[in-house]
Amino acid sequence: MKQLLILSGKGGTGKTTIAGAFIRLSKARGYADCDVDAPNLHLILKQEIEPKTRNFYGLAKASIETKKCIQCDLCLKHCRFEAVSVDGSGRYQIDLNSCEGCGVCAYICPAQAITLNDYIDGKLELFKSNDSVFSTAKLKMGSGTSGMLVSEVKKQLTPFKDNIDLAIIDGSPGIGCPVIASISGVDMVLIVAEPSLSGLSDMKRIITTARKFETPIAAIVNRFDSNLDITNLIEKYCRDEGILLLGKIPYDKQVIKAVNDGLTIVDVDCLAGREVEKVYFKTIEYLYSL
Amino acid sequence: MKIAVLSGKGGTGKTFVAVNLASAIAKSIYLDCDVEEPNGHLFFTPQNIEKEEIKIKIPFVLSTLCDGSRKCVNFCRFNALAYVDRKLMVFEELCHSCGGCLLVCPNEAIKEKEKTIGVIQDGISEGVRVISGFLNPGEVSGIPIVKGIFDKIKADNEPVIVDCPPGSACMVMESIKEADYCLLVAEPTTFGVHNLAMVQELVKVFRKPFSIIINKVSDDKNPAKTYCLEQKLPIIAEITYQEEIGRISSDGLILVREKPDYELLFAQIYKSVLKELKR
Repeated sequence: MKQLLILSGKGGTGKTTIAGAFIRLSKARGYADCDVDAPNLHLILKQEIEPKTRNFYGLAKASIETKKCIQCDLCLKHCRFEAVSVDGSGRYQIDLNSCEGCGVCAYICPAQAITLNDYIDGKLELFKSNDSVFSTAKLKMGSGTSGMLVSEVKKQLTPFKDNIDLAIIDGSPGIGCPVIASISGVDMVLIVAEPSLSGLSDMKRIITTARKFETPIAAIVNRFDSNLDITNLIEKYCRDEGILLLGKIPYDKQVIKAVNDGLTIVDVDCLAGREVEKVYFKTIEYLYSL
Repeated sequence: MKIAVLSGKGGTGKTFVAVNLASAIAKSIYLDCDVEEPNGHLFFTPQNIEKEEIKIKIPFVLSTLCDGSRKCVNFCRFNALAYVDRKLMVFEELCHSCGGCLLVCPNEAIKEKEKTIGVIQDGISEGVRVISGFLNPGEVSGIPIVKGIFDKIKADNEPVIVDCPPGSACMVMESIKEADYCLLVAEPTTFGVHNLAMVQELVKVFRKPFSIIINKVSDDKNPAKTYCLEQKLPIIAEITYQEEIGRISSDGLILVREKPDYELLFAQIYKSVLKELKR
């Protein structure tokens, strides 16, 4: 199973739009949405079947049994996450949003008043039809376990790896834990850049990050004609850094229309769709040459 | 007074709104909490920058004192420690800096060292104090940097605009914790609506007063507006897509400084927020 991961650094450059089109074009038998705190791929790749769902347990969370608590303050002193607080009546409690489940408070408590409990941190979904498998998830609000959930989303594809020759994975913005978790084990990262000063800066940061994992990288510029000067800078950067630029996709109003109709851009006949198709073939050629 | 600007989906115009809002207020502080991809500084190009490195604590082993009890390995819930070939190994990228291994070690064989994970830059751009966090590429969590950003303004009274990261996970939560008001920036697409619904849930969990800015409005369908009307969500402003705005922003310029007529729009948004907060 070859794994192609689509990333961008900056949000809103068109990762999901490109991923959706690639999945349609390749008739990919496996695909996944790793943007677990804002998943959108399912909106343009509508599933007719019901998913298999299961809860995602992230890190455990501490809880204090008030009756046993002797108010010694040790848990509050030792918690590095500022997750322990005392209310007006002297009651010690855990802020579940801040607790990272390290277990220090439970260890230090002389009264055994603190326990660590499993905690549901999101939901995983797996759509399995005769010809494809789609893995996606939704992280619980404010959770700090997005990287773990991303790994779970990818793991849902592994039982099918012998039947899938290409898996296309839609990533999340940024360069932190969910992105790092998504890069691990993929065969290639495709970066969707946007011609703005922000887009250029973010592209450099995601490339620096991806390179640390020695994963092959290629890039494309989306909406390249919205700022030709910066598109030139992106092209120059890629040349200087030895990164293959696989194509440039023009700004096209039809893209937003397709998204709003719940379609991928290759489901409608449009300029951007035709260019994406060219980029797709180049990407596949590169991926299989690795 | 702190106003957080957030969106769920990336690329809706959080930084655009935050930068212009901060610039439209006579004296303000702009905080860039999108430490994975900070871009506010590209617009402000702040001067007189003071830098502060952000460090976290990472354990290291005094191998002569380690007797191989594996107590730390068994304690660590993040699998950041392993005892292999009679040697204790630390996987720094998995460590959450909880300090548990130091506590459980019977021989005081574990100490902590500091590791730099990023930097905070504090500078000035015209009337705006610009504070930006930068996470080093390869580092996993920017939470300590976001905490460090808020520590910098503890003693200040100027209005604060917080530019949040995308998504709805821990980084966003950390960025809106101290906010008095949230501005949700949505784009008029089905993606935008779906992610707007998510962040709306987040601000409700934190009981923050909020309203919505719909950005990049065109004459096409506007599912974001339909959603707001259906759900009776307050729309504080709609910003029409114009090529010129896109061009100015993509060149890294600040709209209200280039086109004074837009200063009115953002000043008006600020006034409306103040009015709502007084109620």
